[in-house]
Amino acid sequence: METLIEFFSFEYPNIKYVVFGTILLSISSAVVGCFTFIKKKSLVGDVVSHAVLPGICISFLASGSKDPFLLIIGAFISGWISIVVMDAIIRNTKIKEDAATGLALSVFFGVGILLMTYIQHSGNASQSGLDTFLFGKAAALVGIDLLAFSIIAVIVLIVVFLFYKEFKLISFDPQFAKVIGLPIRRLEIVLTSITVLAVVTGIQAVGVVLMAAMLITPAAAARFWTNRLSKMLIIASVFGAFSGISGAFISYSTPSMPTGPWMVMILSIVALFSFFFAPGRGIVINQWRRFKIQQQLLEENLLKAFFKIGETNNDYFKEIEANDLRLARAFSSGQLTKGLRKLNSNGYVERVGNAWRLSKEGHDKGKRITRLHRLWELYLTKYLRIAPDHVHEDADTIEHVITPELESRLEQLLDYPTSDPHHSTIPGRN
Amino acid sequence: MDAFIIILTGSLVAVSCALLGSFLVLRKMAMIGDAISHSVLPGIVIAFLLVGSLQSVWMIIGAGLIGVLTTFLIEFFHQKGKLQTDASIGVTFTWLFALGVILVTYYAGNAHIDQDCILHGEIAYVPIDLMYDDAGNAIGPKAVIVLSVVLALILVFITVFYKELFITTFDPDFANAIGISSARWHYLLMGLVSLTTVASFESVGAILVVALLIAPASAAYLITRDLKWMLMLSSLFGIVSSFLGYWLSYLLDGSIAGAMVTISGAIFGICYLVTVLKK
Repeated sequence: METLIEFFSFEYPNIKYVVFGTILLSISSAVVGCFTFIKKKSLVGDVVSHAVLPGICISFLASGSKDPFLLIIGAFISGWISIVVMDAIIRNTKIKEDAATGLALSVFFGVGILLMTYIQHSGNASQSGLDTFLFGKAAALVGIDLLAFSIIAVIVLIVVFLFYKEFKLISFDPQFAKVIGLPIRRLEIVLTSITVLAVVTGIQAVGVVLMAAMLITPAAAARFWTNRLSKMLIIASVFGAFSGISGAFISYSTPSMPTGPWMVMILSIVALFSFFFAPGRGIVINQWRRFKIQQQLLEENLLKAFFKIGETNNDYFKEIEANDLRLARAFSSGQLTKGLRKLNSNGYVERVGNAWRLSKEGHDKGKRITRLHRLWELYLTKYLRIAPDHVHEDADTIEHVITPELESRLEQLLDYPTSDPHHSTIPGRN
Repeated sequence: MDAFIIILTGSLVAVSCALLGSFLVLRKMAMIGDAISHSVLPGIVIAFLLVGSLQSVWMIIGAGLIGVLTTFLIEFFHQKGKLQTDASIGVTFTWLFALGVILVTYYAGNAHIDQDCILHGEIAYVPIDLMYDDAGNAIGPKAVIVLSVVLALILVFITVFYKELFITTFDPDFANAIGISSARWHYLLMGLVSLTTVASFESVGAILVVALLIAPASAAYLITRDLKWMLMLSSLFGIVSSFLGYWLSYLLDGSIAGAMVTISGAIFGICYLVTVLKK
């Protein structure tokens, strides 16, 4: 707790800088990541982040200094080249996107490793620290480095702000953007450039491999909470900023802990939580919804079977054995036990010894489902001219979702019919 | 002698990767291979902490499982969570890799695997890391023995199940229809990919394995239309990369694995130019 207060009081200017820097970097990559996510090109970030390595090495070899601006220029150029190479491979050969992506990523990185080890072994004294690009050094972002990377992050954010509408359009619907006369190629170049810039700056914090996460993960997590791009950008930024602060805090309170991997770890936890528990799109809620629907289908099908048997016997409230239900419709024994128990607790059927009897409510519900089923069968034969022996399956599906309004419309349309295409009576309203 | 052992190790890794990589490229799953090669890291660290050695049966089994788990998670988020594949891959492997790096840093004192080795390995140490029999006599370099076993396994797997692999690669629907489960071969292949990654880990590192999986196979894919030829050519490209890579790294005094990848990239570049110019 003390560490927490100490951390957030920003007593040491160093902490202030680190926190400020990581938040800025996280936000700029999260925002850019949303656009690559929508274009379904998330892994481009992964390619670029590996591909900047040879650029960094070459610009160091050429200039002999670690001036961050020079390194950024080198990184920017080789990041761009990797994208051009990848596109050329996809366009000119039968190699698919996945292999082209992996190829650009790993070969550029291999060249980078070769150059970096060459520099390290060459005995150049000023090279030390160049390898922080591999794993990042968020906790040690200070001075001119921090300044350089913050400026770029701010530029990235400003460009996104200015071109928001255009980027949105070329990401969602490039065809339409072209038709209304937007300069697609130029906009794509701007968007790719800021993606490369965001990657170049982010690498400083988290390193080559994990940079992909800074782009992809906030966007993927945010997508589970909203359907609007504007909101997605904000949510992704918040997730990014949160992971930045938490990562900085963890490595502050436990100095042996690396900042970058922890930032990614926290982002991933946020993302996994979103995948499972986000309302609306989360996996848990979806499975639950599915379960509920299956339960409703089972209940309604059972009641329909009860009603059908009652119809044949001319007595809806006679006791019926579970096996008789199976003659009316193929229920598994598990379904029968589960469904009947549920119907019983809802008061739709009651147990009489070994058999079951419909209650008044159960009868009414079974009657309504049967009615909807037969109305729909009639509608299909009459208006869509489908043969009577082909309409059952369709009606079996839709009977569960027809609303009372639709029911009235159907009735009206069919002129208040009394029998269906199979000459069964359509039961009246309750 | 050392040079021979290093080139041999490189060739063993390269051929194993080229054979599996050919199937990955054809099945459009190169990036899943990339994901697996990163995500085995936490598995390696955990197995190392439990068993205390980098080359054990447990390590291999653990790696196989975590590779299959990665594949499964990617599929799971894609299908149940309706998350697009590219993002699903990206989120899954970075998460597991971050976990691995955290574990490595935390147990840095115990495990003699450090961060650099994760990225590019150190093949130059292979000749001095020997394996001993019960009597304490050196049998040979550990990595060479382990990698030979892995390569043998892959060769047997591909020869015996060539038909199944062929059919599930080119026409999974037809395979399913005649009772060959595409999913089973998918997961078996992924298990082998992670096994190879783990076995190659110390010598070439996690990321350069990806290059050896994809580059020789893609180069071969460009110049042949026959699967058997593709397997042979990609293996050949792998071996050439190993030879020339060693030479290049000697010239530049740089990482051998990095140089191997550079050469395999160059081979791909040549094949690319040949195809494009012919058109």
